[in-house]
Amino acid sequence: MTGIGRRGVLGAAGAVLAMPAVRAGAQGTGASQGVKIGLVAVQTGPQAALGTQLRDGFLQGLKHLDGKLGGLPAEVLVIDDELRPEVAVTKVRAAIERDRVDFVVGVVFSNILAAIIRPVTESGTFLISTNAGPSTLAGRGCNPFFFTTSYNNDQVHSVMGQAAQDSSYKRVFVLTPNYQAGRDAAAGFKSRFKGEVVDEVYVPLTQLDFSAELAKIAAAKPDAVFTFMPGGLGVNLVRQYRQAGLASIPFLSTFTVDEATLPAQGEAALGFYSAASWAPNMDNPANTKFVKDFETGYGYVPATYAAQAYDGAMLVDSAIRKVGGRLGDKDAVRAAIRAAQFQSVRGPFEFGANHYPVQDFWLCQVAKRADGKFQTETVRKVLSRDTDPYAAECRMR
Amino acid sequence: MSLGLLLVQGLNGLQFGVLLFLVAAGLTLVFGVMDFINLAHGVQYMLGAYFGASLAAWTGSFWLGLALALPAALVCGLVLEWLVFRHLYERDHLSQVLATFGVILFLNQAVRAIWGSAPLQMPVPALLEGGVTLMPGLQYPVYRIAILAAGLAVAGLLWLLVERTRIGALVRAGATHAPMVAALGVDIRGLFMLVFGFGAMLAGFAGVMAAPILSVDPGMGDTVLILAFVVIVIGGIGSVRGAFIAALLVGVIETLGRSLLPDLLRLVMAASPARQAGAALGSMLVYIAMALILAVRPRGLFPVRG
Repeated sequence: MTGIGRRGVLGAAGAVLAMPAVRAGAQGTGASQGVKIGLVAVQTGPQAALGTQLRDGFLQGLKHLDGKLGGLPAEVLVIDDELRPEVAVTKVRAAIERDRVDFVVGVVFSNILAAIIRPVTESGTFLISTNAGPSTLAGRGCNPFFFTTSYNNDQVHSVMGQAAQDSSYKRVFVLTPNYQAGRDAAAGFKSRFKGEVVDEVYVPLTQLDFSAELAKIAAAKPDAVFTFMPGGLGVNLVRQYRQAGLASIPFLSTFTVDEATLPAQGEAALGFYSAASWAPNMDNPANTKFVKDFETGYGYVPATYAAQAYDGAMLVDSAIRKVGGRLGDKDAVRAAIRAAQFQSVRGPFEFGANHYPVQDFWLCQVAKRADGKFQTETVRKVLSRDTDPYAAECRMR
Repeated sequence: MSLGLLLVQGLNGLQFGVLLFLVAAGLTLVFGVMDFINLAHGVQYMLGAYFGASLAAWTGSFWLGLALALPAALVCGLVLEWLVFRHLYERDHLSQVLATFGVILFLNQAVRAIWGSAPLQMPVPALLEGGVTLMPGLQYPVYRIAILAAGLAVAGLLWLLVERTRIGALVRAGATHAPMVAALGVDIRGLFMLVFGFGAMLAGFAGVMAAPILSVDPGMGDTVLILAFVVIVIGGIGSVRGAFIAALLVGVIETLGRSLLPDLLRLVMAASPARQAGAALGSMLVYIAMALILAVRPRGLFPVRG
């Protein structure tokens, strides 16, 4: 009795918290024949900027589709996971059980995805991650109800390793935060880089001042530096790296310089490298339209978080269209998502056997546009139609 | 490890220590003089950085931004004192901790609502751009040297103020014999308010100075706050001199520990575990030092009260 009561209260609390949900395209709310999307995007805490990018990217997709997905009027419930797994689970459960969402889309961080993957997929709801792509769900843990429109995290780090190899750097200095993802980044880089790693330095996740590490880099005189410093860490590192006069040493990074952090990094990041499967300057009609309308609508330059979420909206649209709106037939929906018959902003797009994209990866570089804003731009293609390294372990038929 | 690298790391440590001192000075005064635990002190540091960054962007000048941010931080401190903290002086420490923690949550979220959650940028002033070559390949930014100089100057002024002026004498007297000072006809509430506002302004000053090298984002004060508490505990609560010595100590231990430990450990163990153990131990070192110092001197290096 008390258990049920408490769960009810929690569910209600979750619902209240989810209230500031944006009800996009709710014109014509007869909505019995509509489609409901639970959009999981962190809106509070230091990483909220990334969740905002993701949310706006998805909503931009919906705008281009006139508020409809596959011809059905769409309603979007924005779920703020607060970057706290237990909060995410409560709110997502409420969205599934009470609001009866048809798809759960979004998720910036892997730990949130890890928390909600079971509640969502076990209820027979499709979960489409537009950013988090942990290797745990790519190999043995692959799931028939899970898709991602981003990448496997390890792939991106290994792209930078390949790029360093291609540029024939001999000695590289590796600098990452001291936690699982940081060590994975170093390992991913080294999986394709065959030269000498002169030193590997791990810093606490709360590090503000990199002066000690920068002095070490100067003393080691490497051919290049590889780093993975997400969010505020990257803002600090990039500016201090520039101020220390080290910018003549190529700065190879993953998730460190992107459109979410560039407004704070500005000139300091100019010429620094990143690895990605998409950049705002990619020249294809879908992308040109996306970037132009996104900037007009939201007033900032989209990052991969927005682009992949936009692709997510297009993917859901294509799947619903393909099954003619019959969302009850799960196998048909799965086949339709897998077919991925939509125009991705990164050009060619297809899913591998483990529901992770098989795609091209690029070396990108920070550039200043004519209007004074900063963005990453493609330099050269590093990997073509790359399948992630865990796909072979996936037992899904 | 070359001598040049050691010198640069030492300077880095001192510069970080000076920044910590600016935050810790206000904290130790408020804690020592008013016996009031103010967890929201780190928020003052964040507000200073935000005021500095947005006012500098608005006026187009770092110096104007700095000059305007200081009174803004002062006003914020006074308003908070008047609105919230004043009602907590008579309460026990637990109520103070709870209430000031609430202020942190409120202001972090308010900052996010006003300025957004993406980090802000504050440019280095043209006068202090560039660097000096202390070791080959590394430019030591002039701006960091300026932080060091400004911090030392503030420390000197603060010493003069506390030890050599009438107000300073009142503050010191108020710390040990508050009822007596009040009985002598001094407005102790007004004095406390002054101390509080001044402490808030110092933290704001640290925030503005740090803004060009660190990222200005919501929650930036929380990390600094923890180290500031370590500093005032090591230094002896209420002692400005203790806070100064302890801040430099913590800054140097942090920086040198982080950079030297992995290399030292590599002498006795394999490279890969040495790196990770070194990194872990390096971030613990400050707390280990605090434990050792407290074991020998339980009231800190320069205890104020007998």
